[in-house]
Amino acid sequence: MTGLLYALVSFGAFALVAGVVLAVAQKVFHIEGDPMVDKIDALLPQTQCGQCGYPGCKPYSEAVAASQAEVNHCVPGGERVMLQIADLMGVEPKELEAEAVAPMLAFVREDECIGCTLCIKACPVDAIIGAPKQYHTVIVDHCTGCTLCIEPCPVDCIDMLVKPELIEHWSWPLPETKRARQGHDRREQQHASHA
Amino acid sequence: MPAMLRKIAQRLGMLQHSFTGGVHPQMHKVTADLPIEDCDIAPLLVLPMKQHIGEICTPLVSVGDRVLRGQKIARSEGYLSVPVHAPTSGIVVKIEDHAIAHPSGMGLPSIYIEPDGADESDNSLEPMADWQNREPTVLRERARMCGLAGLGGAVFPTFIKLVQDKRFRIETVVLNGIECEPWLTNDHRLMVEHAAEILEGMAIIKHMVGAESGIIAIEDNKPDAVAAMQQAIAMRDDMDGVSVFALPTRYPQGSEKQLIYTLTGREVPAGKLPMHIGVLCQNVGTSKALYDAVVLGQPLTERIVTVSGDALSEPANLRVRLGTPVRSLFARQGLEDFSGIQILHGGPMMGERLKEPDVPVVKASTGLLAMSAQAMGAAHTVEQPCIRCGHCGEACPVSLVPNLLADQCRSDQLEKAEAYDLFDCIECGACSYVCPSNIPLVHYFRYGKGQIALQRREQQFAEASRKRSDAHESRLEREKAEKAARRSRVRKTHAPKADEAMSDDVAKSESGKGKSSESVVEESK
Repeated sequence: MTGLLYALVSFGAFALVAGVVLAVAQKVFHIEGDPMVDKIDALLPQTQCGQCGYPGCKPYSEAVAASQAEVNHCVPGGERVMLQIADLMGVEPKELEAEAVAPMLAFVREDECIGCTLCIKACPVDAIIGAPKQYHTVIVDHCTGCTLCIEPCPVDCIDMLVKPELIEHWSWPLPETKRARQGHDRREQQHASHA
Repeated sequence: MPAMLRKIAQRLGMLQHSFTGGVHPQMHKVTADLPIEDCDIAPLLVLPMKQHIGEICTPLVSVGDRVLRGQKIARSEGYLSVPVHAPTSGIVVKIEDHAIAHPSGMGLPSIYIEPDGADESDNSLEPMADWQNREPTVLRERARMCGLAGLGGAVFPTFIKLVQDKRFRIETVVLNGIECEPWLTNDHRLMVEHAAEILEGMAIIKHMVGAESGIIAIEDNKPDAVAAMQQAIAMRDDMDGVSVFALPTRYPQGSEKQLIYTLTGREVPAGKLPMHIGVLCQNVGTSKALYDAVVLGQPLTERIVTVSGDALSEPANLRVRLGTPVRSLFARQGLEDFSGIQILHGGPMMGERLKEPDVPVVKASTGLLAMSAQAMGAAHTVEQPCIRCGHCGEACPVSLVPNLLADQCRSDQLEKAEAYDLFDCIECGACSYVCPSNIPLVHYFRYGKGQIALQRREQQFAEASRKRSDAHESRLEREKAEKAARRSRVRKTHAPKADEAMSDDVAKSESGKGKSSESVVEESK
């Protein structure tokens, strides 16, 4: 009988201590929001283009983290980002729906610009500068090529141009040998089938 | 006495140290005994706006301007940059993109100058024969103004290294006269013919960085250069701590970190500079250019170029004005038909293969080689499986595992490649040279490095975009809140007049006009 009592008391005491520790831990290590959202957001290219159907990269990552969206909707991120998200979420990779496009830049034809500031308001990354009734212009280094400024422009003076390749940013392609190509392809196939 | 002891110790030390790996390619130094010839000025000179590592320059002249030799025609932008000078007097005829010696085949904005034949110099820079009495900072600015960049081929802006840093005091200045690339003999001839100027340049460097000792390092396959430099030292009385070291011939002895290890027995840690272990390394050509800049007041407008190769019947060492088209140099040496010929810019081990001969000579042009395509071609088109012989690892002067790294780069396992120190690779080409399966190892490394750099750039851009986007959002929210606040304030201010049943406490919270509304409310009670 005393044996049972000891057992009950000791387990009861242990449960109490564990309960207190857990309660404290929950307070101390409390995390706001879903950490998965930030992880996915960190993989996305942050163009804020909305091509995924969500109004920006953060909303899309929230949707993916909540399993409400597929992993293959990020167009500018391309296959690499899709594979990374699939890997992170532990789901099957899916074919990209949209074709990959070359990086673009917005360009304001200044002599046609009427200075309405609508594009400035539309730009999600503040890459357009100007003031009312003044020419606006795109900061080339900041433009993500999201095309969100095209729609609001009342005089259609914004063009999307292919981003010029800088010689400093040029990088060597794979060697032009058969083995180089084969090895590279094999790895990509493995990656696709494995993940 | 201590100097002598140190010398002996250094010599003993030198015998003990030697970098690992390395190869012994056939040297083909066919131009070693040919004196430097002056090359005629070409009918059109093309000066790319970037001939160094760093930021691109901005043109200072416009089309139609007459420029003089040594006149600054492009201004440097940012810290890591040096200006460009007109190589001769003439008229600026065009400013537009021109192909340069770059593996991409892309061009850079360039200034085209049509020489007028007078070769008139701009003598506005004062010669400083009394450099001993000048402040190092003044001399440093002179080195920058004169457009000096490392003439060994890496073209890092020279002035940046010529600095006295209190944390890292430079003890030893090393002049690199190794020239371990096959075929090239431009440094060799410079040492034989301009030993005194090179030495004076070294004295200036030592004065600038406050170094006590100096080493001139030369491979032992150039005994005449060793003799010339030793003789030049004997002629001067201020060369106490300076000695000439003849090092065994082995590629890549001339690579900065490998050379410093051989000379001092100290390794430059990964990601650090020679400065961090108290050593400063300059090419002998750069030293001569520094002499020209300081003592003669002449900016960098010419360099020595070895024009050679197995497809060239009359090789030569030429003193060439920057901007001279490569095609005209080969034409001068009797080569006009380029079919079946590959042109290399630099040496055969590290040089770039040029797609076309219509690129200008730049500060980095150590040599121009015309090689028969048959000999070159086979090596890099037929890649066979790795047989795990391990020769590449033995040859690697940085002790990497090239075959493994190549596999990782080929299959885009970039994090792994980075963990295996891909970025410590100096791209010397020793591994590709020894590979019996003709695997273009260095090419894979360049691909891998480029991909990693690309990913980093994308990540940085994404990070910056995220910050701007967050700022944008929070600004919108703030503006919205402000607008709402303003609106409610306006409503409150005007409300009592419209509707007298406004509650007491809200009316009291108003200030200014509130007083009158308060009285209204009180009256209503």
